[in-house]
Amino acid sequence: MEHEWIPNSNEQVKKSMLDYIGVKDVLDLYNDIPKQVLIDEEKWNNLDIGKKKPLDQIEVEKIMDNILNNNKIFDESKQFIGGGAWPHYVPAAVQYLAERGEILTAYTPYQPEISQGLLQMLFEYQSLISDILEMDVVNASMYDMASALGEAFLMSKRINDKSKILIPETINPFHLSVAKSYTSPHEISLISYKVDPNTGYSDIEDIKSKADDLSAIYLEYPYQYTGIVDINAKAISEIAHEKNALFIMGVNPLSLMLYKTPGELNADIAIGEGQPLGLGLNFGGPYLGIFATKWNAEYVKQMPGRLIGMTTSIDGSSKAFAMILQTREQHIRRSKATSNITTNSSLSAITAAIYISLLGRKGLKDVAESIWYRSHYAAKQIKSLGFKSPLFDGEFFGDFVVEFNEDFEKIRNKLIDFGILFGIPLIQYVPWAKNSWGLLSFTEVHSKSDIDFVIDKLKSLR
Amino acid sequence: MFKQANWNEPLIYELSNGREGIRFKGNNEEFKQILGDISIPQSLKREKEPELPEVSEIEVVRHFTRLSEMAYGVDSGPVPLGSCTMKYNPKLSLKIATDKRLAFIHPLQPESTLQGLLKALYELQNWLASITGMDYCTLHPAAGAQGELSGVLMIRKYHEIKGNINLKDEIIIPDSAHGTNPASAAMGGFKTIEIPTDESGNMDYDAFLSSLSERTAGLMLTNPSTLGLFEERILDVAKIIHEKDGLLYYDGANLNGILGKARPGDMGFDMAHLNLHKTFSTPHGGGGPGAGPLCIKDRLVKDDIMFHDLLPGPIVIYDEKEKLYKIKWPGKYSPGLLKSFFGNVQQLIWAYTYILTLGPQGLKEAGEIAVINTNYFIKLMEDSKGYSLPYGNGRFRKHEVVLSAEPLHEETGVTAEDVSKGLLDSGFYAPTIYFPLIVKEALMIEFTESETKENIERFANRLKEIEEIAKKNPNEPKQWPINTTVRRIDMVKANHPKTITPTYRAGILRQKGILGPLR
Repeated sequence: MEHEWIPNSNEQVKKSMLDYIGVKDVLDLYNDIPKQVLIDEEKWNNLDIGKKKPLDQIEVEKIMDNILNNNKIFDESKQFIGGGAWPHYVPAAVQYLAERGEILTAYTPYQPEISQGLLQMLFEYQSLISDILEMDVVNASMYDMASALGEAFLMSKRINDKSKILIPETINPFHLSVAKSYTSPHEISLISYKVDPNTGYSDIEDIKSKADDLSAIYLEYPYQYTGIVDINAKAISEIAHEKNALFIMGVNPLSLMLYKTPGELNADIAIGEGQPLGLGLNFGGPYLGIFATKWNAEYVKQMPGRLIGMTTSIDGSSKAFAMILQTREQHIRRSKATSNITTNSSLSAITAAIYISLLGRKGLKDVAESIWYRSHYAAKQIKSLGFKSPLFDGEFFGDFVVEFNEDFEKIRNKLIDFGILFGIPLIQYVPWAKNSWGLLSFTEVHSKSDIDFVIDKLKSLR
Repeated sequence: MFKQANWNEPLIYELSNGREGIRFKGNNEEFKQILGDISIPQSLKREKEPELPEVSEIEVVRHFTRLSEMAYGVDSGPVPLGSCTMKYNPKLSLKIATDKRLAFIHPLQPESTLQGLLKALYELQNWLASITGMDYCTLHPAAGAQGELSGVLMIRKYHEIKGNINLKDEIIIPDSAHGTNPASAAMGGFKTIEIPTDESGNMDYDAFLSSLSERTAGLMLTNPSTLGLFEERILDVAKIIHEKDGLLYYDGANLNGILGKARPGDMGFDMAHLNLHKTFSTPHGGGGPGAGPLCIKDRLVKDDIMFHDLLPGPIVIYDEKEKLYKIKWPGKYSPGLLKSFFGNVQQLIWAYTYILTLGPQGLKEAGEIAVINTNYFIKLMEDSKGYSLPYGNGRFRKHEVVLSAEPLHEETGVTAEDVSKGLLDSGFYAPTIYFPLIVKEALMIEFTESETKENIERFANRLKEIEEIAKKNPNEPKQWPINTTVRRIDMVKANHPKTITPTYRAGILRQKGILGPLR
């Protein structure tokens, strides 16, 4: 079967190659596969694979168009939903540059001399993130924030060989599930510390009472399921370090344009979700796991994932980039590696680097301020409708919880009819919520009239 | 002649000139009038603005365009990296996978509003099950290594549920395996037992037999192996590992070698991960993101617990009564989630498009041509003295072949690395080198079905030309590459505690004397 994606499938070319190899039939090349295992051509062609026949590109586009149309697509500006991924504006130049074929279709830069541009992009990603976080070492990416958290806990155990890690009660539930999967084979116990039901801030006394024989204390900052930016961050850092434990922070890179950074708060490891930096929602991925640590040789040695470094050519004539400290990685250290990760989220990291470069210092700060303003404005307007908004009265950024007067899922479903995707019914995801609680999110994509529109519709439901 | 661009492009920081980038100023003023200035508690306020570049849009576009011109992908030319399956990434799939309608779907959008997407994902689960001869697939894992970890965690759960986990703590892995296999087994809390490879290129069967014990939890196998050779006694291996109640895991990195010809499920494998960024044409993006679905053969675990109850991640199911596609989240026997949300859906839709276009006939053609390309290349290299073909004398290879530059090295001192730099100089990407570890001066070559006959011939000719140059003037290859953006790189400086520079910030702080050596 000749196909445009398989150049040597041309019958004449194929025959000339088989002749040269010296076999009559392509099947001869499979003469070492047991007969019972070889699959019969007719059987294969009738398996449930695609439409059981090749399609041309026009047919495929029609089918895919139909698949995509058969969903309710909410305009970005009508989505008020977060919980670990948020609607953000992606500038046209970001997507354009990230689709350059030399990068999109490249492999991991094992041959650095011919991959300098790719390596420099990844180095710039590491550098830009390090400046936002004020952490000195950043790796070239993990899959997403959740898997980065799992890896951070494993790294902490490798560093101090302790088994107890404190986590906040209001941790992102998806992150918690992933952290459990990663740590369950390694005798690590994850113990929650309480959060004040009025402010949403961590309960310092509860942390202190649980802080013995610790590997690490983890703080989500802001908490993605309440939006609260914990005012006790510094105190938690100090408790962790008094107890010789690590302080691990999970961050939103955009909020750090306004709030204290992991560097300022003396975090040992910082992880984060890079999706807000120019990546689409795509029903869950691909996203970008940020992973950073301190300038500490022991920490860096235990760090998972790939690192790019700046150096020079051997003759010293030009700057150059290469993968560094590779002896931590699976292709060299095998079962002793710091992680099994190899394919990561490089293109997402490069996309984030392009996004940060395009917006620059002022542009990123604008985005952070826009998020702050819109979420605080919306909280105030919803409060004026008579709901408890925000439910927690601590400092919040972007997201907040509202207590409504009926099952929140019902409210959300009614608003779907107006083309609005209104938040997350918290009770479906976390054990500490009531069914009237909704988690709402606001970003730079929402104009004042978008927000006023949803407030208006909310009013009409009452 | 090939000559790669060299723009001597500064770092984005060095381009910073205080100009304005993209700003979404929107109507913050409107909000400000209502709310006043942003009020953040003093103790939470960031003290110093970050040292980020300030550059105009066209400067950023030129910067990244120039950098991309100093990179090399499948769109630039052949990338014959063995075990990486760098096939063509169809632009049709790019167009569809980057559609706005997909980009805008939030991961927690209600499933009743996503019937088109869920149906496609449901079909993809079924297609991958058909392709691998398995019963169930989860599309959740973010990459091959995460697929492996999913599999290893399932092996762990399986023995846990049967009450044997304290005993069953060893996973067997051949010495030709990808490094991710032992790393994944270790992440899943297992010890690893390494089995040597025999002369014919199979896992040493006697060594395998003697490694088995009541401690055996499973075996991770790559078939065809990293030598491109099919494991001839696979049916015996499967039978014996099952007798020990061990589970047989298939590393799908090399599936392209048997696509449409043999299926892991029919060979006795219990589980298999697939690398969609290899066999199913999703782009590798310079190191990811990928997608690593895991497929399994169902079996009874204990009482009424089935093996599919142990699958990690969300799975799409079809509710016959309600006529709705739904997501089933992992239950109590599953290891749980390995990343947030469903999976790398952009990659999944890309692979769906690829399979839809080719159909079973096209996939089979892809597998066959990949194998023909490998063996055609081997035949072209048959008369070469500088490169040998270790293991499996006389056997046909499948998706890839491992040549050894050891004869050339012994005669001239020219190494596999030197050879690879010579390939770069003529506009090819280099093969995977020094892997598998069992082959000296290894050159691991995989053309995939995407490479033209003409390019394979050019590649073989270049290898022979390099051999001739090495014999005439062994010093010349040590100077390569000369046609790439930079020449060989100072890796000592790159890794030395006093000069290591993982970020721009670290470099600046070291210059200022704030950071010392990283030791």
